[in-house]
Amino acid sequence: MNTVRQLDRVVIRFAGDSGDGMQLTGDRFTAETAKLGNDLSTLPNYPAEIRAPAGTLPGVSSFQIHFADTDILTPGDQPEVLIAMNPAALKANLRDLKPGGTIVVNTDEFTKRNLTKVGYDANPLEDDTLEDYQVHAVALASLTIEALKDFDVSKKDAERSKNMFALGLVSWMYSRPTEATEEFLRGKFKAKPTIAEANIAALKAGWNYGDTTEAFAVRFEIPPAKLNAGTYRNITGNQALAWGITAAGVASGLPVFLGAYPITPASDILHELSKHKRFGVTTVQAEDEIAAVGAALGASWGGALGVTTSSGPGIALKSETISLAVSLELPLLVVDVQRAGPSTGLPTKTEQADLVMAMFGRHGEAPIAVLAPQSPSDCYDIMLEAARIALHYRTPVMVLSDGYIANGAEPWRLPETAELPDISVEFATEPNGVDKAGEPVFLPYQRDPETLARPWAVPGTPGLQHRIGGIEKADKTGDISYDPENHDFMVRTRAAKIAGVDVPDLELDDPHSGEATTLVLGWGSTWGPIGAAVRGLRDKGVPIARAHLRYLNPMPKNTAEVLARYDRVVVPEMNLGQLTMLLRHNFPGTDVVGYNKVRGLPFTSNELQDALEEVIKNG
Amino acid sequence: MADVKLDAPKLKAKDFKSSQEVRWCPGCGDYAILAAVQSFLPELGLEREKIAFISGIGCSSRFPYYLNTYGLHSIHGRAPAIATGLAVSRPDLSVWVVTGDGDALSIGGNHLIHALRRNVNLKILLFNNRIYGLTKGQYSPTSGPGTLTKSSPMGSVDSPFNPLSLALGSEATFVARTLDSDRAHLQEVLRAAAEHEGSAFVEIYQNCPIFNDGAFEVLKNPETRDESIIRLQDGEPIAFGDKVVVQSGYGLQVKDASEVDEADVVVHKADVDDPAYAFALSRLSGIALDHTPIGVFRNVKRPTYDAGVRTQVDEAATGVDRKEALERLLHSGDTWTVL
Repeated sequence: MNTVRQLDRVVIRFAGDSGDGMQLTGDRFTAETAKLGNDLSTLPNYPAEIRAPAGTLPGVSSFQIHFADTDILTPGDQPEVLIAMNPAALKANLRDLKPGGTIVVNTDEFTKRNLTKVGYDANPLEDDTLEDYQVHAVALASLTIEALKDFDVSKKDAERSKNMFALGLVSWMYSRPTEATEEFLRGKFKAKPTIAEANIAALKAGWNYGDTTEAFAVRFEIPPAKLNAGTYRNITGNQALAWGITAAGVASGLPVFLGAYPITPASDILHELSKHKRFGVTTVQAEDEIAAVGAALGASWGGALGVTTSSGPGIALKSETISLAVSLELPLLVVDVQRAGPSTGLPTKTEQADLVMAMFGRHGEAPIAVLAPQSPSDCYDIMLEAARIALHYRTPVMVLSDGYIANGAEPWRLPETAELPDISVEFATEPNGVDKAGEPVFLPYQRDPETLARPWAVPGTPGLQHRIGGIEKADKTGDISYDPENHDFMVRTRAAKIAGVDVPDLELDDPHSGEATTLVLGWGSTWGPIGAAVRGLRDKGVPIARAHLRYLNPMPKNTAEVLARYDRVVVPEMNLGQLTMLLRHNFPGTDVVGYNKVRGLPFTSNELQDALEEVIKNG
Repeated sequence: MADVKLDAPKLKAKDFKSSQEVRWCPGCGDYAILAAVQSFLPELGLEREKIAFISGIGCSSRFPYYLNTYGLHSIHGRAPAIATGLAVSRPDLSVWVVTGDGDALSIGGNHLIHALRRNVNLKILLFNNRIYGLTKGQYSPTSGPGTLTKSSPMGSVDSPFNPLSLALGSEATFVARTLDSDRAHLQEVLRAAAEHEGSAFVEIYQNCPIFNDGAFEVLKNPETRDESIIRLQDGEPIAFGDKVVVQSGYGLQVKDASEVDEADVVVHKADVDDPAYAFALSRLSGIALDHTPIGVFRNVKRPTYDAGVRTQVDEAATGVDRKEALERLLHSGDTWTVL
């Protein structure tokens, strides 16, 4: 009989060759865990190559999940459990594993040839390499093949089900139900029922292996987390972002038009929105990044909610068109799912180094609003906000997600669709001025005095025919104007419009009643790791205040006042100090301390906690 | 072309003139094209607000400013991309692209070929003057080898595009050529383009009097034009002056009528499905314009991209309560409830 032990949290990493199906295994384990009511956070990590040479270190793909009976903020700094499908997976991930951690290893792949391929002179399962760990050496492949011997599947297909065997085993170890995965497999292999049943048999065989083998003396349970009441689902950032765009179409009553060109890690947004035609969402896979944003802008001119989604290299190509949108003053949503750069950089790894490009990476004075989601589920809300600003102020809005948020997942308490914000717009339908002869005319650049937004008259509106373009426009009439004073006025007016965008105040989290002298200020996906680090410090009795910027341009009006309350502001960023630079410029006199790393990986909460403590200690 | 023709009061050319002062150089071929287009547009039978002109950058791209329709003067080369977004999302509009040889064939080459490949419902008017005019006279992708310009003082070493060959290679369904100076022909071609469902590509030879004056003189001079211009007429044998066009090898060839049996003269048919025929026609004239066909080279039917996209969206969206569908989307798949 196995012992069942209760845990409050655990971090598991599944690692294997990129052909081993580790992302799928991780996704299914996540779904089982979500269903059980644990809070969770995930971190997929995979190579840029679709199929790097089998069994090599560059070919290793992994999926990490952190789940707990309390609310958690990150996918975990260090895994406590490693599932290694081959020597490469073991070698690539071992140094991350917590001392004393558990390793489940597929012994079938530990052949001399495979060991040599990754530089192991001796078999680590046989020497003292793993003596600090609890190792479960399991012949995952041969056990799977044996379990499927009565199925009408080839040996190769049977062997491919070993990831399900592993999932079954780990599901048993952590008391996860597998029924939903069985359903999933039946759906996934609908056309090949034999393969579906073989995978289910492998899953069950893995579970039974844990249950009957004495090698696994202990089984764990992680009770559900005490989350706020509501209905939850698990969601990745890219999915939430696509749903947020869909919701913005519903909330505005406008058709959504997405122009996109495939690029990692943003393509999933195109895939997801392509499935949502029933919402009146049109997706155009354009010939290039420039055409993608061009088509979106053309659709915006025609009265749609124009959207384009990409990553850094693609955004660079769209820059000229975004400037045109600034000049035309039309709504446009631009999503940059940041990845490590420059150039191709590390296309599947995360970074926050496009902030300055988002702010200034255009020709001429071309300010736009810039927003950044702070977690996967926040992508939904941020797109609604981005759409509100774009439509209300007739401006491009850049949203800075990143690879960590895009592919990471977390439970999301579903919002009430009845509470969707009203972001509808009124198109111009009547002349709004008179010409010199006193005749009614349409003035396309006659602004709303409060928002400075210009009227949006879509083609097809009788009597409001007008011409707009990239050439500087005369105030009010929009006619071509080369007048120096007019240009100065228009540049300043466009800047004032963006500076005046209404954004909510910065929320300050400082429970120490004046004790804290240091504020940690982040933006984007560092929200989770910073939050976990701040928790750790407060648990140790170290006072620290925190705030997080979701609105980077314009920044919330109370930002200066919040920063001024503290002796110093620490800004962790996955870049070399871009927000730091903006803060030093915008709020001179503030002591801004950057904490910067560009490893293509999110910060761990431990390193942040140490870094923050160091700053506080040294005052 | 718009789906619905309105019962419009008869508009006149002057109704399509905007209040903006036209600012091309004196003698520019663009004036003639503008006048021809303005007097043609009433024929569409559409209200002015149902027409949208989108241009890129270059002299020709100022065109939309001078028309009393909806107009968008955009970015160098990008007009077909922007127009694709408009045409896909607004089937009720007649969408026209005005572009030039540099705009469409150099910086915007990619967008042009893909708009044609997709067969987006756009009318693309390419004003070809074989020179960069707005930037004051550099050679363009349609300038001949050896062209002397500020950027090619020893003569250009570039090989030019044949715009019609390129369009045909891009799977264009409608391809035509006309001249700025021949208003009747220009309007006839515009009429055919407007009636075509899908991308219509019209090359208009246009004289730049400042930087490339007389580039098309051979087609205009009464002494040379009759032996240089081949006027294509659907269903008619291809003949001009004392010459005719016959098949030769994989292509077509010009021969003296006296040397050819009448039955061997090629009869023009723009709806020939195989683009090789229209391609062979496009190869009759080179940079020297010796035998230059004008008229509609190709006019075939193929489903349009915008209609295809809209059909899918309409099929999926018909009768859907979007708010309710959003509620269902959010709750789809694995969910759990915390009390």
